[in-house]
Amino acid sequence: MLRFFGPFIAPIVGIGFLLALFWGFVSTPREAAVETAAHEFHLKPKEVEYSFSGPFGKYDRQQLQRGFQVYQEVCSACHSMKLVAFRDLADLGFTKPEIKAIAKQWKTEVPTINEKTGEPTTRKALPSDTFPSPFANETAARAANNNALPPDMSLLAKAREDGPAYIYSLITGYQAQPAELLKKFPDAKTPGSLHYNPYFPNLNLAMPPPLTADGQVSYAEGQPKPTVDQMAKDVSAFLMWAAEPKLENRHRTGIAALIFLVIGTLLAFGAYKNIWRDQKH
Amino acid sequence: MSFPWAEHYAPKNPVMKWLDSRLPLPRLVYNAVGAGYPVPRNLNYFWNFGVLAGVALTIQIITGIVLAMHYAANADVAFNSVESIMRDVNQGWLLRYAHSNGASMFFIVVYIHIFRGLYYGSYKAPREMVWLLGVVIFLLMMATAFMGYVLPWGQMSFWGAQVITGFFSAIPIIGDPIHTWLLGGFAPDNAALNRFFSLHYLLPFVIAGVIVLHIWALHIPGSNNPTGVEVKGPQDTVPFHPYYTAKDGMGLGVFLIVFSLFLFFAPNAMGHPDNYIPANPLSTPAHIVPEWYFLPFYAILKAFTGNFLGIAAKLWGVMAMFGSILLLFFLPWIDRSPVRSANYRPTYRWFFVILVIDVLILGYLGQAEPTATVVLLSQICAGYYFAHFLIILPLVSALEKTLPLPNSITESVLGSDAEAAPVAAHTA
Repeated sequence: MLRFFGPFIAPIVGIGFLLALFWGFVSTPREAAVETAAHEFHLKPKEVEYSFSGPFGKYDRQQLQRGFQVYQEVCSACHSMKLVAFRDLADLGFTKPEIKAIAKQWKTEVPTINEKTGEPTTRKALPSDTFPSPFANETAARAANNNALPPDMSLLAKAREDGPAYIYSLITGYQAQPAELLKKFPDAKTPGSLHYNPYFPNLNLAMPPPLTADGQVSYAEGQPKPTVDQMAKDVSAFLMWAAEPKLENRHRTGIAALIFLVIGTLLAFGAYKNIWRDQKH
Repeated sequence: MSFPWAEHYAPKNPVMKWLDSRLPLPRLVYNAVGAGYPVPRNLNYFWNFGVLAGVALTIQIITGIVLAMHYAANADVAFNSVESIMRDVNQGWLLRYAHSNGASMFFIVVYIHIFRGLYYGSYKAPREMVWLLGVVIFLLMMATAFMGYVLPWGQMSFWGAQVITGFFSAIPIIGDPIHTWLLGGFAPDNAALNRFFSLHYLLPFVIAGVIVLHIWALHIPGSNNPTGVEVKGPQDTVPFHPYYTAKDGMGLGVFLIVFSLFLFFAPNAMGHPDNYIPANPLSTPAHIVPEWYFLPFYAILKAFTGNFLGIAAKLWGVMAMFGSILLLFFLPWIDRSPVRSANYRPTYRWFFVILVIDVLILGYLGQAEPTATVVLLSQICAGYYFAHFLIILPLVSALEKTLPLPNSITESVLGSDAEAAPVAAHTA
């Protein structure tokens, strides 16, 4: 029996799957793709040059310090960085006393308990603390931000496609809603509480433009002028460092590993040719 | 082992003699991957990938064991424990990136290894068992990789687990209870994370065990070769060591260079950014996509859109997705052509090329937004996948006029005049 029917089993199963596929094709209504404003007006991140891109890329410490300053004075009003500690700023070239001072002067205090009564209270931040959220919890954050939740920034630069360029584009990308868009999609008008930004996936962003004027943050002597563009670039570089603090180590190790492997592979190739020299193959 | 002219292990050192008469482990190694295993002399670079897959598994096990020392399988802290590996553990970033990219590299070499088997007919008699065990390894790898991807407990981890375990709920009547039982809850949570971690640690060792069987089964008939002609005599083979150890050593170098390029310079290129967002059961990502190595199967799953014969579309999709892998178990009996190597199968060769392109397109469609065109293309490509194995292959193997085979491996290497003793003509 099996001997006779055997050869037919495979084609029958195959035809079954093909019929099921074909039936799916026939029976599923095909609607024309719905055109949405987000689909047509969403833009890919702008091209930005960063010192850390490429295999030899390194962070620019001056830029990271400026970016940190922007985070400190602007972003941290809403965004925490719960995976980055104050002491990690040593990586940016800050000294221990400087880090201590930064932690101590941080606007948001860290929750703790009163050592005598056990009542919840707050204290000044220490270098071992991570960058705190100004909101007690998610509900408080949403209540203060029109029901939007400011995301934690520790990994933001890796949690978005083309992260640093995306952050830069978003900060510098706020604009009035194009008349063209409203003409084509009258329902897609940005609600009053949101802000139009073509770099945001659904075009309407709850966050108001964080950097509105040149010189909003004053950089130290000898640093570039704090234009909105410069500040956006600096803070996006800083956030890349926050997300990937070991990048330089990785690049350095990678170059060494590659040199080692290329030499090793060449030697292995020589050994291979040498061993096979008498053998036709 | 398998050939009478194989070199015999003859230890000269008294210590080795002593050991050999009590525990012949060196003899086992000598016969498995040493001079005691004669291998066809004409293997090309595609035969490097089996060894590379073994190396990839070893890298995964070593990095994985160290990562497990720092990882915490608890839904509340899993995400942060991975980040602490990335930031605080000495060389933790290297371990973690090596493990996550190592999984991708493992799949790349295994896919090449599988397609090499398909092209050169390595699944055919007398190597069916090698092939069957290989498919078992592939299935175990997929289970291991899926559960490993859940462990960092990011958004894609969570939602990927949600979608993939949801397959079981497609089974009529008993599907939902099975789904709940497997997860230890109604949705992926701490119970699921813990069992995934436990199994993710177990399965690689099961894979290692099946690899032992895979190699054992291979050593009975010996390795296939690009002509697909069986070994006829000593002149057709060279000892595995030093000839193929040297060749594999070089292949390993090239593999590690490619691996390093990803690991050190684009460690997140094959991952998904959403997995750097902690798992949040209340917020569904815009696009749930599995890891790249599952995409062709994911496209097959999504291609079935209609209820047919009273079976729901989802169940068709799940059956087709599992079927697309399970049918590989039957391949040795579906393809009945006596000629192994596609070098001598002019018709099959073209269908093989089309299959490779088809699978690549399915991979692209697996991650594309499901527009009408994408769905239609997935239906065509999924249909072609099944048609290739279940309809075209039986027909081609019955009707194809194959090219004349060389009389022996040596003849194909040296030209016909070098063949001293002609061997009886065989199937063509």
